[in-house]
Amino acid sequence: MGDYTAETINDFIHGRFPDAAFTNDDDIFSLGFINSLFAMELVMYIEQKFSVTIPNDELKFDNFRTVNCMAELVHRQALPAVGQ
Amino acid sequence: MALMGVVGMGVMGVGVAQNLAQAGHRVVVMDRSADTLEKGRGLLARNFRMSQMFGGPRLDVSAMMNAITLTADLGELATAEIVVENITENFELKRDVYRRLDEICAPDTLFVANTSAIPITKLASVTRRPAQMAGVHFMNPVPLKSVVELIPGYHTSPETLDRVRTLLKEMGKQPIQVKDACGFVSNRVLMLTVNEAAYLVYEGTATADQVDEVFRGCFGHPMGPLETADLIGVDTILYSIQTLYENFADSKYRPCPLLAQMTDAGLHGRKSGRGFYTYNRLTAEA
Repeated sequence: MGDYTAETINDFIHGRFPDAAFTNDDDIFSLGFINSLFAMELVMYIEQKFSVTIPNDELKFDNFRTVNCMAELVHRQALPAVGQ
Repeated sequence: MALMGVVGMGVMGVGVAQNLAQAGHRVVVMDRSADTLEKGRGLLARNFRMSQMFGGPRLDVSAMMNAITLTADLGELATAEIVVENITENFELKRDVYRRLDEICAPDTLFVANTSAIPITKLASVTRRPAQMAGVHFMNPVPLKSVVELIPGYHTSPETLDRVRTLLKEMGKQPIQVKDACGFVSNRVLMLTVNEAAYLVYEGTATADQVDEVFRGCFGHPMGPLETADLIGVDTILYSIQTLYENFADSKYRPCPLLAQMTDAGLHGRKSGRGFYTYNRLTAEA
């Protein structure tokens, strides 16, 4: 079974770009169909859908380049901090 | 630290206020709608927070927000050094705002009209300070677009132009100075293109996506004309093409009926969640 978080994010992107072909490891920005405005939509979608607040330090393009990067970002927010 | 005024807190007003605060200014933003101010506050906080995502600096969100005061009272702009006006592209509405600003603001306050099509000389004519007014056509999203059109009106003084140039430099903008004519350079061409693209959809020649794909795929444009229309606002596109149509009295600017229908139906593009495309409601203001 695939990662639910990754599949949900993948579905969201495909919903907006039905003809786009990409895997969860592809750099979606280098494929050319996504611009910075959609990146902002992705941030807002992820925060709302997975009930997380992404810390400012994590709001970097590199964390949004691939679906799997975004899924890992979500998982990091869900983990309790070490030592607490 | 100079106080800068911003009138109108729509898409452009938010961007201008953000850019001014990032340039180190204190900013007062006036909008007559409490809802728009509240929405604008949320957009500002979000945009400051996401600055790094767009290649900008990491910002102290609360310091940035503290630099900006929101108000529904135009009187709070009285001591501003420069007021940047960004309200709806409608001459009558702008005229009323400039008349009031002219009464309220200090005699040495400069006015900058952020307009996509209305001639600066025409706007300046309703004030008693036409020498202290210039036009700047900012692009959207304002903080990310580094080039602007700078338009002196007929009476704009060299001192005013110098001060506005300095402000633009502080905001990280490179101005291209052009003469005052309806639509300037950018929208004289862009609005006709968008209008014609809307006609293609209206007549059933192509879908919005096909039109945009031709521009992206064949011409290498990062965005097609109808995506751009959704970003600018379908209503703003309609008002701009109507302004060109009226100013030049030339039928080549005849507005596409689809733009009028979409505007009436509330399909204003990204800001309303739907235009030529549909957007995630939560992120419609992106």
